[in-house]
Amino acid sequence: MTLDQLPIGQDARIVAVDWGVLVAEEAQRLRALGLDAGALVSVAHRGVFAGRDPLAITVGRMTVALRRVHARAMQVELAQVGPIPVGPA
Amino acid sequence: MTRLRTAALVGNPNAGKSALFNALTGARQKIANYPGVTVERKSGRLVLPSGEPVELTDLPGSYGLDATSPDEEVTARVIMGRYPGETMPEVLVVVLDASNLEQHLVFAQEVIALGRPTVVALNMVDLAERDGLVLDPAALAQALGVPVIPTVAVRRRGLDELAAAIASAEARAATDHADHHRPFTDLTERRVTAQAMARAAIVSETRQHRLHARIDQVLLHPWIGPMILFALLFVVFQAVFAGATPFADGLEAAAGWLHDAVRDAMAPGLMRDLITEGVIAGVGSVVVFLPQIVILFFFILAMEASGYMARAAFLMDRMMAGVGLSGRSFIPLLSSFACAIPGIMATRSITDPKDRLTTILIAPMMTCSARLPVYAVIIAAFIPNRDVGFGVGLQGLVLLALYVAGIVGAMLVALLLRRSITRGAASGFIMELPKYQMPRAKDLFIGLVQRAWIFLRRAGTIIFMVTVVLWLLLNFPRAQEGQDQVDASIAGHIANGLTVVVEPIGFNRDMALALIPAMAAREVAVSSLATTYAVAAADEDQSAQQLGAQLKAHWTLPMALAFLAWFVFAPQCMSTIAVTRRETNGWKWPAFMLAYLFGLAYLAAGITFWAATAAGL
Repeated sequence: MTLDQLPIGQDARIVAVDWGVLVAEEAQRLRALGLDAGALVSVAHRGVFAGRDPLAITVGRMTVALRRVHARAMQVELAQVGPIPVGPA
Repeated sequence: MTRLRTAALVGNPNAGKSALFNALTGARQKIANYPGVTVERKSGRLVLPSGEPVELTDLPGSYGLDATSPDEEVTARVIMGRYPGETMPEVLVVVLDASNLEQHLVFAQEVIALGRPTVVALNMVDLAERDGLVLDPAALAQALGVPVIPTVAVRRRGLDELAAAIASAEARAATDHADHHRPFTDLTERRVTAQAMARAAIVSETRQHRLHARIDQVLLHPWIGPMILFALLFVVFQAVFAGATPFADGLEAAAGWLHDAVRDAMAPGLMRDLITEGVIAGVGSVVVFLPQIVILFFFILAMEASGYMARAAFLMDRMMAGVGLSGRSFIPLLSSFACAIPGIMATRSITDPKDRLTTILIAPMMTCSARLPVYAVIIAAFIPNRDVGFGVGLQGLVLLALYVAGIVGAMLVALLLRRSITRGAASGFIMELPKYQMPRAKDLFIGLVQRAWIFLRRAGTIIFMVTVVLWLLLNFPRAQEGQDQVDASIAGHIANGLTVVVEPIGFNRDMALALIPAMAAREVAVSSLATTYAVAAADEDQSAQQLGAQLKAHWTLPMALAFLAWFVFAPQCMSTIAVTRRETNGWKWPAFMLAYLFGLAYLAAGITFWAATAAGL
């Protein structure tokens, strides 16, 4: 499953990111914001009116807005709601 | 011991750096640009416990030393001492958001690893506590190897301790000559370390439902969110146009008083005319827009300080994506409704260069406050004050149509540009949505004073000079006996030449003449028409009325409508062109902007004139 398909409020862990499909600067910006393999994320908001873009992703204690095209590059697996997000195992 | 001279604040965006900077330096701030780029350089004086002053710089927010935007580039180069003309700051103050340590510590490690005298400000500890997070600064200090001072900038907590830590970091600056090599840890390593450090620094944590998440449930709701945004924008515009009127009237009266006082005090002559008709009338006609600009910036600064502006960008992103832009362009375009100059300067936060260029090029189409006087005079003269139903007046409807025409024009141009000149990969939208915070009055005040000062300085320099030049063009050479001064002047000759060009779109010579001084500032078109029709008026209201009657006598309805359509698009503002040149580092884009906007204005006026004539209006 990719991040854009994740239901709102469901906790998940990013398992892999296909950086190659993203523009280099955007890939760097996403990584700087902590959206990288191992990060625990959830979708907080999706879309305006009937659209499905953009998304607001909760990562750690931050909320990051991004587009569906970025979320589609991120493979996620469902995660149990842990008490606190921890680093990559 | 060498005296400490410089320190700099560094940190991620949204670490509360600016609030901390304001708290540390008060109003003693200097805003300039870094040479060669248009990144704002903010510096101020911090007084150490010893009474010694230090120049403190607020570096642009950054996520890492590998820059992805012009702002980050400046930060990285200043920190490393590689910015020409900038002294390397002796002490680095890393500002961290206490409730987002696992993110902010990533960049902090990179800065600390440079081996330079560093102090960490653990900022916004109160907000962290509100979210149920209690931290141990000592544990963090041990992990990082540098002093960690808990601060709450907005409540002035921890400021003295921070100043003391900056002063004692200096001792190491004098003895320890650390090399400035880049750290060899990579991002993933730093992130893992950051998470471990953040975990170790947490004393207790409760998983509370965070306040901002609850607010976002409403403000980012797919349907309610945009409606709240539009309602808010309506309130903003209402306040800008209604709320500013008494202040604008006051300023106008003051300019009028000054004008009369100088006229009475000086002997008649060219010098007196230059000061009264040229300088006071010209600069005064621009300064009256100060209240509107201050009110609009009050809302913009409050939206930014509260964290709502990023949500507005989120809500607008889908619509902006439709024309190839992103939600980030919304903020500069909103500012452009007051004035395109701060709007164009606000494009600096757009990371994608093609996005930024497109936004700069369309910003002048947002109806700025300088067009209002032109619109108001023409509408009052030619559009009947009729109710079209539902309590909506025809005059107001025409005004709204002019605003909408500018927005629609801008969107169409953006769409075209993104498919031709600024074509590139579909621009993305990646933006941190910061936590909500109550804006602090002092920070808003400092921001407003800075904006107002930038605007007034412009009025005092560029507009002042242009006004004087235009006055000279209108007054020289002097008219012979029995000859009209305007006819004899250089400006009159230019207008005659211009008339040939604008005649096909319905403009007469008086209109062509009004376009020339309007190049300095659009609103000058009104006073120019007034002068041309030789209306002697005691105040603006009366002048508008009499001018209206004069216009009706000299213009037809299609001519008036064409004139309005012209002003929707025409790039009639030297300052906008000048700021575009500065922001794009050359004459290429301002020249392009001039050409395409004049082209659009010509077409729009022509089509309006021909259509209205054909319709028999």
